Amino acid sequence: MNILEAPSDKLLAGIRTLLAVKGIATADEVAERIRITDSASPARGAAMVARAWTEPAFRDLMLRDGTAAAESMGVPMRGLPPLGVLENTAETHHLVVCTLCSCYPRAVLGYPPFWFKSAAYRARAVRDPRGLLVDFGTTIPAEMKLEVVDSTADYRWMVLPVRPAGTEGWSAEQLAGLIREGDMIGVTIPKGP
Amino acid sequence: MLSPGTKVHVKLDWPETRGPCHIRTPHYLRGHHGVVVRHLGDYPNPEDLAFGRPAPVLPLYHVRFPLTGLWPDAKGDDTILVELYGSWLEAA
Repeated sequence: MNILEAPSDKLLAGIRTLLAVKGIATADEVAERIRITDSASPARGAAMVARAWTEPAFRDLMLRDGTAAAESMGVPMRGLPPLGVLENTAETHHLVVCTLCSCYPRAVLGYPPFWFKSAAYRARAVRDPRGLLVDFGTTIPAEMKLEVVDSTADYRWMVLPVRPAGTEGWSAEQLAGLIREGDMIGVTIPKGP
Repeated sequence: MLSPGTKVHVKLDWPETRGPCHIRTPHYLRGHHGVVVRHLGDYPNPEDLAFGRPAPVLPLYHVRFPLTGLWPDAKGDDTILVELYGSWLEAA
């Protein structure tokens, strides 16, 4: 039988059995990894962003070593690719894409939105990024530089957005409520009150 | 080791025309010029890992390309920042 036509549930069971028999990963280890992956959501990334907005020392750590910053907030990062953080400023906006596949910082953002893996998003992000952003309702001023970050290899990238005006004095918890998944991919910008 | 600011040329190579392979260098960058921004660390070559072969450890760089250098209809100063292995880069 052609492996591409084999029933996927039987293939999966076969691979899990082989992993266990060969001593690569036990059934418990696989279950634990699935639990960790399922428990991740954009709320984790939002909590990191809000803390970076309110604690300069954490912002510095996050930009220098995203993995260490995530771990310091209790996010399991062992065995995962390094996390890189791209800081948006008044001068530069970042947009993250993976043109080759669907690399995504799942530990801090959870499963990617469906469009992140689409051929249309992946192609247009590098070819017509400003036009793509307009379709997301995001207009980058002409004088602001746009940097598209194509995640091709060993890193996973998230965006540290600009803190919106009108949030002075807000707690990290209040700020985290403003931050959406797309803000940390760079397709949208957090909106103030 | 390539230092930040080094101008580089991405090899104009198409291993996929020679047989099965796994490549982390997007096709739209091959043959183009960019500038090294930073060294991101050293990692086993995924082109070998994908086939279970012994994988040499290669330097990984963040390389910046102007959009106008990649697409005929691009305008302005927008850029693309990409992770590329040293094996794909030649000093330009």
